[in-house]
Amino acid sequence: MSAKTEILRNIREALGATKEAPVPQREYRQTLALSTEARIELFTDRLRDYNATVYRAASIPDTIARALTNRGKTSLIIPPGLPPEWLPAGFRFLPDTGLDYNTIDASEGALTACTAAIALTGTIILSHAAHEGRRALSLIPDYHLCLVRAEQIVDSVPEGIRALAPHRTRPITTISGPSATADIEMIRVKGVHGPRTLDVMILGA
Amino acid sequence: MSVHVGEAATAPDFKKAAHVLLGNTQIRANVRRATETIRNKRALVVGEMPDWEQLRDSAQQIKRRVLASLPGYLEQFEAACTAAGGQVHWARDADEANQIITGIIQSHKQTEIIKVKTMTSDETRLNVALEAAGITPWETDLADLIIQLGHDKPSHIVVPALHKNKSEIRQLFLEKMNLTELGDKPEDLAAAARTYLRERFLRVKVGFSGANFAVAETGSVCVVESEGNGRMCVTLPDVMITMLGIEKIIPSFNDLEVFLQLLPRSATGERMNPYNSIWTGVTPGDGPREFHVILLDNGRTKVLADPESRETLHCIRCAACLNTCPVYRQTGGHAYGSIYSGPIGAILTPQLQSMEHSQSLPYASSLCGACYEVCPVKINIPEILIHLRGKVVRNGDAPMGEGLGMKMAAFAMSDGSRLAGAQKLVQLGHTPLEAIGLPGWSTTRDLPSIPKQTFREWWNKR
Repeated sequence: MSAKTEILRNIREALGATKEAPVPQREYRQTLALSTEARIELFTDRLRDYNATVYRAASIPDTIARALTNRGKTSLIIPPGLPPEWLPAGFRFLPDTGLDYNTIDASEGALTACTAAIALTGTIILSHAAHEGRRALSLIPDYHLCLVRAEQIVDSVPEGIRALAPHRTRPITTISGPSATADIEMIRVKGVHGPRTLDVMILGA
Repeated sequence: MSVHVGEAATAPDFKKAAHVLLGNTQIRANVRRATETIRNKRALVVGEMPDWEQLRDSAQQIKRRVLASLPGYLEQFEAACTAAGGQVHWARDADEANQIITGIIQSHKQTEIIKVKTMTSDETRLNVALEAAGITPWETDLADLIIQLGHDKPSHIVVPALHKNKSEIRQLFLEKMNLTELGDKPEDLAAAARTYLRERFLRVKVGFSGANFAVAETGSVCVVESEGNGRMCVTLPDVMITMLGIEKIIPSFNDLEVFLQLLPRSATGERMNPYNSIWTGVTPGDGPREFHVILLDNGRTKVLADPESRETLHCIRCAACLNTCPVYRQTGGHAYGSIYSGPIGAILTPQLQSMEHSQSLPYASSLCGACYEVCPVKINIPEILIHLRGKVVRNGDAPMGEGLGMKMAAFAMSDGSRLAGAQKLVQLGHTPLEAIGLPGWSTTRDLPSIPKQTFREWWNKR
């Protein structure tokens, strides 16, 4: 008997006459019904709580330039699908056309867009579409600059998960602050293997 | 069948092990400090959620629904994962799982893997099996790395090296990573781990993980973590292997919205952990080209067979019950002799082993109920502990002659005149009883004083 057949048979025997359980109730909050300004403020607060730096900006290229200047950076890797009009002059941007890991590792950082963001938990969600880059891009470098449009921000975790509906079977990464650990004496320390510095630009509104 | 739960089958009983550990003031201080920190953080972030109880209710109902229809959900997961390019394997027990994993690695002629923290692999003792086959497993979670380098044992479900303080970790890293200088701040230690593992992340061709959740509807797998080592292991290698217990299935993608709120707040006291990775099969141009899932039984179907205690399988491994347990906080995790320690370990470990080993664990509790209160999926641990004590007694393995005591009580209480006689005996015997003491009970407590008159005597005289 195959392992699958035997395990399924054992489960059925173990369940015996157990009846199908009712459809779960979902009486938890679906949204916080925040105004746009309150939502952006909450998102910003939560990100700062995680030690991320937040920029509010009307112009994409100007804000990218400001963030890079503040970090003393001259070049970034970008996803191949990033709109060229986003990029400011005076810096080098290297498109990821299948770069090897060591090249990405040696870079000064990566710039990506995102799919959605959750205010309550300060979470950015990537589904690694053309303007978000493959997973390795926002993982290997020590610096991640992420662009979030104001209308992509939702209040709650349920709204964030539901925003993923069209992208469920793509690779998905949720990012809440820079890489961290609390494995030593339960003290949250910024920075282990993922990017140790996270800058977030909130655009519009 | 060879069901292993780490080395629990040969571990000393809880009472003996706890006695030894209670003498280790360093470990006790480390455990007390760490659990205190995490409890306070949890209380804060749970307190700010007005719908916490509704989330717990939903989680409990989702888990009940999964278990009641588990065969269908497992087959649905297998079909969806396979359609997305994944390969699904089924393993009856620890040895079968280890053989499948070793076979996959050998078929690619690889001799190393990078591992994300995976409790099921501690359960099956995968690392021992891999090393016997000439394969080096690199643990990449900071705490697991500390355990691996120190040839130590995990003492906590979420923070396995919780019993170690930073100066002990610094000493270990200096020696094992061949460093000449290293600071003793947690930041310095984390940076040392980053440097030590980076080259391995970029080089090793096979990744290995467990899973917090597996979605039947889409065939997706979810790994919850903090450091980014998980993202590295599931993204960079050519071949990815994920092993999960059959109870980790959730029906729909949207169910993640319940568990991703409950788990981080309960486990590390964060509103959200830094990283969650969710992936479905393989994606051309992004991540591994080959993906294997191992669905592990290893005693779980036996746990499922008892309707009184099957909700043990609802556990999402947050360890909130450990951090709040007055017994765990005194002894630390090693006393439980199992990779699953604390209140959840006390019910899970013996059941996975068909109640044949670890029989002292259901007694490792004062039944205070704190574990049930903090459990994000509302497992009634105290009730299950009592249920399992009953099983231990029926097996004839109860400590302290509990079975005999209960039989005597049943004899006395089943008849009014017998009860009156027994009460008379106790009144007469109180002083001598106190003098000899009830073993294991009155050595640390006073016996309550016995009234001069029983209720029945008082009633008859009025």
